[in-house]
Amino acid sequence: MRPAPKWVLVIAGAGYLFLHLPVLVLVVFSFNASRYSMSWTGFTLDWYRALAGRADLWRGLRASLIVGTISTVAAACFGTLIALGLARGRFRGRRGIEGLLALPLVTPEVVTGISLLLLFVLIGMPLGLTTITIAHIAFNIAFVAVVVRARLAGMDRSLVEAALTLGADELTAFRTVTLPALWPGIAAGALLAFIMSFDDYVITSLVAGPGSSTLPVVVYGMARRNVEPTLNAISTIILLGTSALIYLADRLLRDRTVSARAAGPKQSR
Amino acid sequence: MSIRRRVLGVFSRRPALGGWGLLFPGGVWLLVFFALPMLLMLGVSLMPRGTYGGVEPGFTLEHYRRFVDPVYLQVLWRTVMWAGITTAICLLVGYPLAWAIAASRKHRAFLLFLVVLPFWTSFLVRTFAMIFLLRDTGLINSALLGLGVIREPVALLYTPFAVLSGLVYGFLPLMVLPIYASLEKLDPAMLEAAELLGARPVARFIRVALPLSLPGVIAGILLVFVPSIGSFLTADLLGGAKQVMIGNLVQNQFTSARNWPFGAAASFAVMALVLVAVWLTLRIRDRDDPEAAR
Repeated sequence: MRPAPKWVLVIAGAGYLFLHLPVLVLVVFSFNASRYSMSWTGFTLDWYRALAGRADLWRGLRASLIVGTISTVAAACFGTLIALGLARGRFRGRRGIEGLLALPLVTPEVVTGISLLLLFVLIGMPLGLTTITIAHIAFNIAFVAVVVRARLAGMDRSLVEAALTLGADELTAFRTVTLPALWPGIAAGALLAFIMSFDDYVITSLVAGPGSSTLPVVVYGMARRNVEPTLNAISTIILLGTSALIYLADRLLRDRTVSARAAGPKQSR
Repeated sequence: MSIRRRVLGVFSRRPALGGWGLLFPGGVWLLVFFALPMLLMLGVSLMPRGTYGGVEPGFTLEHYRRFVDPVYLQVLWRTVMWAGITTAICLLVGYPLAWAIAASRKHRAFLLFLVVLPFWTSFLVRTFAMIFLLRDTGLINSALLGLGVIREPVALLYTPFAVLSGLVYGFLPLMVLPIYASLEKLDPAMLEAAELLGARPVARFIRVALPLSLPGVIAGILLVFVPSIGSFLTADLLGGAKQVMIGNLVQNQFTSARNWPFGAAASFAVMALVLVAVWLTLRIRDRDDPEAAR
């Protein structure tokens, strides 16, 4: 394609500025010594030091890591299995499964969260880390399945057929051909699922019980009370951590069609 | 023949059986923790409200009828309008952005990463960043005061402007990615042919590039409009008490208002809007591109 016209570049530049400036400002001011004003009064790490003493943040981080790890592993397994099952061709009930995968991706988070809350209340399940984990697995399954399916669709089916012709049974062919080829997709799907779980506020806050707040729920509480410099500091740390994971996932999904598709279904929040 | 082979043999002769085995765990999870809760909610939305929260046995349509009330009609209308405006702004900014990425030779991967990155970073943190810019003591007001443009801070936070900024900020990457994907596939020879045949730049864009990238545009519109309709956090943090969207109405009915059935009915109202949007988009796509219908 030939170089884009000037006006296109100007709008694109403004778009990039709009996408990145707010967060950059937040990061820069997390090092500002002044507590209240927007004027720069000197570099400080005080707000980061203040974070270390906050037990609620540490508890939140612990809860987020537990929920994130369990829900990611479970969703990665279930999602990959579904993607493989759907790749086996046409059968009765296939459309039903596909609908069951597509609906969670378009359902607003607040609706998903409320309906799960209803279920847990009606069956008398106490709200806590368990209910949060159950909810996170549910919203991540569809998501992993979509990423792995995209990878599977781009895979050369003749490799598996070659393995089968050469005498491998299906399990061996799966282990030595399909799985290694699929691995980057599964890993990227799992990484993104972990990020979704780690960042989720809306669904989590609805199905969380007293004392089971994850990091975003604690941070939201901080923001509701007062937008203070420590909030900028914790936000910066969260941004750094997730950006590293995003970079990794992006490397794994270098195949651009896959990354574009993978980015699609993520629901907002 | 080993037992393993025989078991697998059954699977390969009847692939559907093996397929179901693979689909079972995840499928059951989604049935129990996604489909079942939705059905429960449908049930609750049709039952009378209990005296102390919860529901009472019985059947009623009153909670759906309540939407005729101007107060709630206004919330619905506001939600659809804001989602529409958000989508339009995202399209106007997102198309040139995608174009610039597709036209870049050297930095394409990096430019693309710069769009993907904000999309994946915490929505909560990004919304805080917006508050930090927009509040009375925020960057924009401080800068304008410092420059002497204004004497007193302008109220930016807790206005429709703040919510719309937050929505565009949140969902712009969802418009850029699919448009980029279809522009990337566009064959430059098509544009050259149009040029050789005498088409001016504007005509080349309107009659060649735009129609060929239409699938990406349609996907982008869907991907922005749907989450905007159902958004909760943006209006919650940036909109204040007066700028309620339907997602906030749903949450409110289950938390402070304690009116479960009405909250459930409101949930289905959002779902209906979302599904209509999805259905419309698929119709348009299938009409333009029968192959994609399959």
